[in-house]
Amino acid sequence: MASPQVFLPGAETQAADQGYRDAVGRLSRAVLRNRKATIGLLLLAIIVLVAAFPGLIAPGDPQAAIYEQQLGPSWSHLLGTTQVGQDVFTQLIWGTRLTLIITVSVGALCTLISVLVGVTAAYVGGVVDGSLSLLTDIFLIIPTLPLLIVLSTYLEGSGTVAIIAVLVVTGWAFGARQLRAQGLSLRTRDFLEAARVRGERRPYIILVEILPNMLSLVVASFLGSAVYTVATAAGLQFLGLGSSNEITWGTMLHFAQQNGAIESGNAFWALAPGAAVALLGTAFALLNYAFDEIANPALRSVRRQRAKSDS
Amino acid sequence: MRFVVRRMGLFFLTLWAALTINFLIPRLMPGNEATAMLSHFKGINPSALHALEVEFGVNNDQNLLVSYVQYLGNCLTGQFGLDSARVPVMTVILRGLPWTLGLVGVTTVIAFSIGTLLGIVSAWRRGGALDSLLSPLLFILTTFPVFFIALLLLFIFGVVLGWFPLSSNYSVGETPSLSVAFVLDVIGHAILPGVTLVVTAAGGWIYTMRNNMVSTLSEDYVRMARAKGLSPWRIMLDYSARNAILPNLTGFAMQLGFILGGSILVEYTFSYPGLGYLFFTGTTNHDLPLQEALFLFYTLAVLLCVLVADFATAWLDPRTRDA
Repeated sequence: MASPQVFLPGAETQAADQGYRDAVGRLSRAVLRNRKATIGLLLLAIIVLVAAFPGLIAPGDPQAAIYEQQLGPSWSHLLGTTQVGQDVFTQLIWGTRLTLIITVSVGALCTLISVLVGVTAAYVGGVVDGSLSLLTDIFLIIPTLPLLIVLSTYLEGSGTVAIIAVLVVTGWAFGARQLRAQGLSLRTRDFLEAARVRGERRPYIILVEILPNMLSLVVASFLGSAVYTVATAAGLQFLGLGSSNEITWGTMLHFAQQNGAIESGNAFWALAPGAAVALLGTAFALLNYAFDEIANPALRSVRRQRAKSDS
Repeated sequence: MRFVVRRMGLFFLTLWAALTINFLIPRLMPGNEATAMLSHFKGINPSALHALEVEFGVNNDQNLLVSYVQYLGNCLTGQFGLDSARVPVMTVILRGLPWTLGLVGVTTVIAFSIGTLLGIVSAWRRGGALDSLLSPLLFILTTFPVFFIALLLLFIFGVVLGWFPLSSNYSVGETPSLSVAFVLDVIGHAILPGVTLVVTAAGGWIYTMRNNMVSTLSEDYVRMARAKGLSPWRIMLDYSARNAILPNLTGFAMQLGFILGGSILVEYTFSYPGLGYLFFTGTTNHDLPLQEALFLFYTLAVLLCVLVADFATAWLDPRTRDA
């Protein structure tokens, strides 16, 4: 991959396509061969299907308060009912969608900012690197949840977009630091030197030469942000912040906690959305672990050796 | 000397950044502390709004720079205004502080010791019983959200088994004193929230410690120690662990931010009246002065720990002093 190729002028987009296609092909083969990744992918696929077609599993309006209040689990209400008489199971299924939307959009936006900040810092260097790294460090040190709480209290009632925005503002720094480190190590490689000597422009070098070589780290950074978002968004909603009139697993947890679900014999009302959050986090984390192994061959070879000696 | 200057520089710069963010948030966001509190209650009465604005020191006509300097001065002297019950924020915070300090302080020390020890042992007997039991368990503990573990523990040990109290910091009717009965009562109430924090925090330390141990164990000086016939204990602790513990120390501060965040959710789950619980009550009452002051407190706590960890690392490992 790193072999310097000579590109003709005008062949830039083709070259970019080729670079990304190679990288994507390598990644997808590696994912399919890794057991952790396969399980994670399967879990995620199930959750995506539930989010796409909630009506097939739980027909009915999740907001409709038409049942008896605070019922325990039974055959007609698998997980019981809420304080105003909504079916908890229906809410759990319908809540999947917004939970997933928030997770994926925060993950994607965080990754975008990390790539922009991290790669720019690494490639441009100098004062730009200094100030961007300082900004990253400051955002890494400032404790996330307290800042999130202050921001969301101001924005209460402004809905899902506001929640996504504050989660992105507080969540991009970790990925940026990792991508900068990787970018720094690529910086001095020969194929970049070759591109510079050819007189390529900076955007071309970053997009066509550097990014395809960082793709696995970019994906890992997305998965890492997704793991962070699943837990943090749910935590915020658990505290009662963020769109509490819309149904997500986090807001379900909040109402369950506010009505003493655990203490009053209706524990599944709180435990089920909690487990769902944990499951979604696990799906992303499994994929993330697998990507760690793919990106870091040292970890992989250890496991292979152990697997061999076990068998 | 250069090291000290650099570290102190980052400390003050981050502190200043946090203070400035805190100053800017209310001014960048729509509304201010007063309108945010009033929007929570229906129907804004202009005179009530003005009264609140005066109380919060929100002055729309004032020069931004003047109010910034005033704000910095207020923060340095600990004047954070009044909360929604008209009590000085500082008083409210000082009331909650000992409980959080006790809970988070003790659990952090326990989690760090347990995590580091388990990491050492599991790397030493790599692939052994502890190691193979630990890695899936670790995965679960580091992936599951803190509040889910808190809810599970509350359900199993509080409701089903009934071993521990469900909420609060001590039993209703007890008066705080230094008697044995009261201390035991306080410890009993702290066990479930404490275990939640230890369990979620130890994971990160086991993971880093184990991985670092694995790499130091393959170093030449460890092989040399083995060749000299030193006792396994000495090789494990003095040669390998001693070098592997450094990154754990640097990671300490990062973990602390994570634990503090977790403690907010844990205190809320168990209605434990520390600073984290105040965050929650601040949310329901739209108590922004209280929340902003809490944010500064949490940032300061993390920053101080970063500083201490940095100096400790530099003291233990001369190589880091040039960095």
